[in-house]
Amino acid sequence: MAPNDSAETIGEATGTVVGRRKAARYIVPVAVAGVAAATIGLVPALANAGDPDLPKISAQELIEKIAASDEEQLSGTFKISTDLGLPLDGLAGSFLPGADGEGKDGGAAAPQDKLMELTSGTHTLRVAVDGPEKQRLSILGKASEYSVVHNKGEVWAYDSTSDEVYHAEAPEGAGAEKEAPRAPKGVPATPKDFAEQALAAVGDTTSVTVDGTAQVAGRDAYQLVIKPKQEGSTVGSIRIAVDAENGVPLKFTLAAAAGGKAVVDAGFTKVDFAKPAASSFDFTPPKGAKVTEADELETGKDEHGKAQKALPEQFSGQIPGLEGLESSEGVNVIGEGWTSIAAIEIPGGKGLPTAGSGDVPAEAQGFLDALGDKVTGKFGSGTVFKTRLVNALLTDDGKVYVGAVTKDALVRAADGAK
Amino acid sequence: MSQAEAALTATTAPEDNGPRPRKPGNPRNPLWTLGILRSEITTTLRRHRTYALLAVLAAVPVLIGIAVRIETGGGGSGSGGGPDGGGGPAFLTQVTNNGLFLVFAALAATLPVFLPMAVGVVAGDAIAGEASGGTLRYLLVAPAGRTRLLLAKYASVLTFCLVATFVVAASALAVGALLFPVGEVTTISGTRISFGEGLVRAALTAAVVAASLVGFAALGLFVSTLTDSGIGAMAATVGLLITVQILDSIPQLSGIHPYLFPHYWMSFADVLREPVHWEELSKNFQLQGLYAAVFGSAAWARFTSKDITA
Repeated sequence: MAPNDSAETIGEATGTVVGRRKAARYIVPVAVAGVAAATIGLVPALANAGDPDLPKISAQELIEKIAASDEEQLSGTFKISTDLGLPLDGLAGSFLPGADGEGKDGGAAAPQDKLMELTSGTHTLRVAVDGPEKQRLSILGKASEYSVVHNKGEVWAYDSTSDEVYHAEAPEGAGAEKEAPRAPKGVPATPKDFAEQALAAVGDTTSVTVDGTAQVAGRDAYQLVIKPKQEGSTVGSIRIAVDAENGVPLKFTLAAAAGGKAVVDAGFTKVDFAKPAASSFDFTPPKGAKVTEADELETGKDEHGKAQKALPEQFSGQIPGLEGLESSEGVNVIGEGWTSIAAIEIPGGKGLPTAGSGDVPAEAQGFLDALGDKVTGKFGSGTVFKTRLVNALLTDDGKVYVGAVTKDALVRAADGAK
Repeated sequence: MSQAEAALTATTAPEDNGPRPRKPGNPRNPLWTLGILRSEITTTLRRHRTYALLAVLAAVPVLIGIAVRIETGGGGSGSGGGPDGGGGPAFLTQVTNNGLFLVFAALAATLPVFLPMAVGVVAGDAIAGEASGGTLRYLLVAPAGRTRLLLAKYASVLTFCLVATFVVAASALAVGALLFPVGEVTTISGTRISFGEGLVRAALTAAVVAASLVGFAALGLFVSTLTDSGIGAMAATVGLLITVQILDSIPQLSGIHPYLFPHYWMSFADVLREPVHWEELSKNFQLQGLYAAVFGSAAWARFTSKDITA
């Protein structure tokens, strides 16, 4: 410590020397800040550099590995970022039925409402799975948490913000569980669900390759890359990182053809294939918390039915396939594979209210116009509503063309249909 | 003047015109450092101003507790937050059912403004207050060296952080136990832990909150070395706090948010998850450590090289 006193003790020395010594001390904080900045910049780069060395594997083998994967127990932290580019992205949540926090009448802790929130922004989730009978999914919020626990036929949901509980019997209450019995919840939030949906779309239209390896959540993984072969799709590529050891999909990334940030980026940041603690699936409603039974929600059922229906629509819209739409009446599917476009006749044959028609106040009309782009073609004219993945063309004569395709492809489809 | 006196009585250092170079062969008594540290801590904690700050902090949980108690009409169960439950500070809705949650609610309510403001006052005053009171040169008369004086000052500010946080927590625990039932604790993950473990979590939470203030304390100390006006240093420190908090709330600046010292403050709530979610907590600790290193060394560079005129 003695040298630290030197500034005072050599006070008689020439001013320039003292000044230089004084200035030299400021090197310390600057150096500390510099080292910190370098560490922040370099550590992720170094972490990414270490792609693991794994034996080569074909795409076919890798898909089999996924299919053969029978891990029934896992727990981990999961991060999901979605950037669908919906018009007015920040408000998207409030447009979706039942997604707003205000709809408390129907039971604030009902799962459908909360899961809609995952469709925009970045969320951290925790998952724990122990066989088909016990699952747990928690959405970590700021100083709050929303948990859904499924334990042998009982589904509990707990919202710590409002201290409210939602309870349902699994067979009726959680229809979503039937579709994906191993998934914690209906929304394909785990990489496994995403992978299955994407692989279902594989055909002549798609290239599936294995593209190197990666480290995901500290585990070695193969990267499966799925790319559309057709022109005009808005999907750039789908990347699935598959655990090299047990074939569990660990990360799912959907990139738009236009580039930029991934549309959907979901993956484990921490994963453990050991049996989760049994206590994490036990749930007893906290003292004094308001408990809403699923049966009591009869009155609010319409609203929730809508929300429930909106879920698969939302996602089948994202993943090309659109099987759900094919079956409904008044819907034609033009094209196939990635560029399939659903053409829907609106009963009544009326398009968007146009300016001057008097149906809508002028302000609302301006708002609607601002959301879409006007296009014209052989089919007449219409409005294109764009997101980063799904585009929709609403013609003035009341037809809707929807698909994960570019605007030009939509116009071509509309022209062809004329 | 009391500080200078305390410093002088704590040592038997002979008066001199300034800190002298140490004589070789005359090793420092290791207790010496503790002497200056002890005198700094006691003078910091024994000031009337400190009592006033702690009293204000202790009053916050009392106010919250009484307000929640009145609102719920004498302990009726359920519907704690009324129709707009979930508004206001975190954990407020759980307070009616478990008094222990008042600790978390009070910490959540005081952490954004009250606690750092109190710390800013103490830290900002640490050096500049002595300078404006004319006592700094007397403190430097003791042959402790400026570095050790600075370290002792920083340690006393950190002690204040810890004391202030635990005053809030203890007051909240007392009020919570008086006004509301206590018992098994439901974590925000929905699992249950025993009341004893809940107390451990509460203590851990308070420690995390105190640690969250480490970076800001270093920043305040640095500001304090820049000026000879105690009031100026306090105002600048608290002003910085408010500015940074505003920056942290502007979504367009999300790129710089992870580097702002209050950004991970609310991560203390992660202690209440089951299992504890350490990711953001460790980010918080790293960030606070970084601020302490950068501004601590900047304060050192400034304080050891500046002319003491007052």
